[in-house]
Amino acid sequence: MRDLVQRFGGSLTTVFVALVLLWMVGMVLAPNLLMIDYALRPNLPPAQIGGPNDHYSLANFTYLAGEATHRAIFFKTIWASAIVTFVTLVVCYPLAFWLAQRATPAQAGLAILGLVIPFWINEVLRTLAWYILLAFRGPLNAVLLALGLISEPVRWAGDGGVLAAMTYAYILFMLFPIYNSMESLEAAQIEAARDLGAKSWRIHWRVVIPHAKAGIATGCVFTFMLAAGSYIAPSLLGSPGSRWFTEIIYNWFFEGGDWNRGAAYALVLLVLCLAVVLATLKLARVNLADVTK
Amino acid sequence: MSRSVQLDRVGMTFGTTRAVSDVTFTVEDGEFFSILGPSGCGKTTLLRIVAGFLRPTEGTVLIGGRDMAGLAPNRRPTAMIFQSLALFPLMSVRENIAFGLEARGVGKAERSRKADELLDVVALGGFGDRKPGELSGGQRQRVAIARALAVEPDVLLLDEPLSALDLKLRQHMRAELRALQKRTGVTFIYITHDQGEALAMSDRVAVMSAGVVEQIGAPQDLYANPQTPFVAGFVGETNRIAGRVAALAGGIATVDTGLGPMRGRAGPGLAEGQAVKLYVRPEALTPGTGGENSLAARVERVDFEGAFALAHGRLADGEEMIASIPATRLADAPGIGTEAAFHFDTDHAVVLADA
Repeated sequence: MRDLVQRFGGSLTTVFVALVLLWMVGMVLAPNLLMIDYALRPNLPPAQIGGPNDHYSLANFTYLAGEATHRAIFFKTIWASAIVTFVTLVVCYPLAFWLAQRATPAQAGLAILGLVIPFWINEVLRTLAWYILLAFRGPLNAVLLALGLISEPVRWAGDGGVLAAMTYAYILFMLFPIYNSMESLEAAQIEAARDLGAKSWRIHWRVVIPHAKAGIATGCVFTFMLAAGSYIAPSLLGSPGSRWFTEIIYNWFFEGGDWNRGAAYALVLLVLCLAVVLATLKLARVNLADVTK
Repeated sequence: MSRSVQLDRVGMTFGTTRAVSDVTFTVEDGEFFSILGPSGCGKTTLLRIVAGFLRPTEGTVLIGGRDMAGLAPNRRPTAMIFQSLALFPLMSVRENIAFGLEARGVGKAERSRKADELLDVVALGGFGDRKPGELSGGQRQRVAIARALAVEPDVLLLDEPLSALDLKLRQHMRAELRALQKRTGVTFIYITHDQGEALAMSDRVAVMSAGVVEQIGAPQDLYANPQTPFVAGFVGETNRIAGRVAALAGGIATVDTGLGPMRGRAGPGLAEGQAVKLYVRPEALTPGTGGENSLAARVERVDFEGAFALAHGRLADGEEMIASIPATRLADAPGIGTEAAFHFDTDHAVVLADA
């Protein structure tokens, strides 16, 4: 604090501190507290708000616990997000390694440009592109049919479609943290390991992955959070059998008109995501400070 | 089994750059062989070709008489010590040393035992549980050596591993490397740009310049009988006196220089009338008149270096001259600003054709 005052003077420091406080209170603390407040109250007609029936209870949470379909969708969302995270990792790891250790600067620049350009387009439109690609009478089925790999069109919408679209949507969030952490790995270490007789898998397992661990954990955390909180991909590409928990939350707010129950559902999702994230970091022995780098 | 390394007409071209051309030499079983040259001369490229990290564009590499073409680094009987050492920072010292054994599927207990044994060899017993980051430069150096020796290579390749150490430690490690090499009998190929290092440690030295091997020989031989102007100038300090060959007889060339006629041992391929330089080491110049060849210089300064003093003078033709005077003979040192006479033996001068 004294540092700030010395560097920027009193008035500018006041502005900075006020902005940070405004952000913390207005954008983080207040909405979340409000949501907790909503989640703990019953859904009442306007006339009864503040009346004798308006008291705190856990009814909205026990409703979720008792509702088998919602409960199943909730756990499925967590599980499917974990699969999305894993698939994204599998796709990004070799790519990040190639970019960081093997590609020439020109190749890396071109590849990164190619990866970033699609992200200049709105996420809804990008997901819509997958919707078109994977459509029953869409190009993917047409190509596979023409190649004779399948004998009749496949219905990709559902779990497969959601997985494809999400992996695509979150690739950069996984790629860049891993790429960053791999770039700082001295190439001579890989050569030394090879020179000492190690095969590729051992070089990765013993040298590259331990070095890139913080980046891998960070990418996984980002991807998992985004996947669990995703709405567009499951609603566009999902089928009734692949509903996402976010869709149930949306329905409580905008279809069911029960903001309180929606808030409770959202809160449960938030807490569970947080638990998964902290567990991942604990497992990878990475702390939050490393992730924010 | 032979642990020799044979290079036969090895060449390497990167794009349009010729990094190494037509290198042929044999490193004998159990020899300490150095490749000496300035940075960019192709010596590291050559080492990486032997290690298998680079595939030469032409020529063959034989280790122990076996052709190495197409063999990856992990399948060659070589181990490399990298300039940066490239220790694995997240593994303990013991794990580092045992890594090569781990890659060969040696059991945990066995490789631990072997690692501890090697730690004793490099005088680091008890350091096995530390991380490389917790060691000093010299200790890390020794871990790198132990790690490379753990895989029992026939040939150890060292890429300027001492360059990051301070002078005292470097000199200490020189002696240690030399002793280790004698003890293990492993063939060493050592890359360096430091001529002192190469001369002090090696059985033989190859001097490289611009991708070509200029001369191969024992350290004393290189120093006393340079065969090219580059070797004369790169290995040790030298004075150059330009002139033309006036006469050639019995391996002795008489050179007409701007300072009068001087004589020295004739280098290869000389002819009368040819433009040459006469090379004389600073320590071959003795203050005073007389002797077989003499010259005069105006002394500009005398730098005392401890064991000897360097007298910097200017010759009548404007060229610089350096004479080394042993500390025990400092009384003979000429006064600064005086016109002083120096002399040298014909046997201590070499005459080489200009490149």
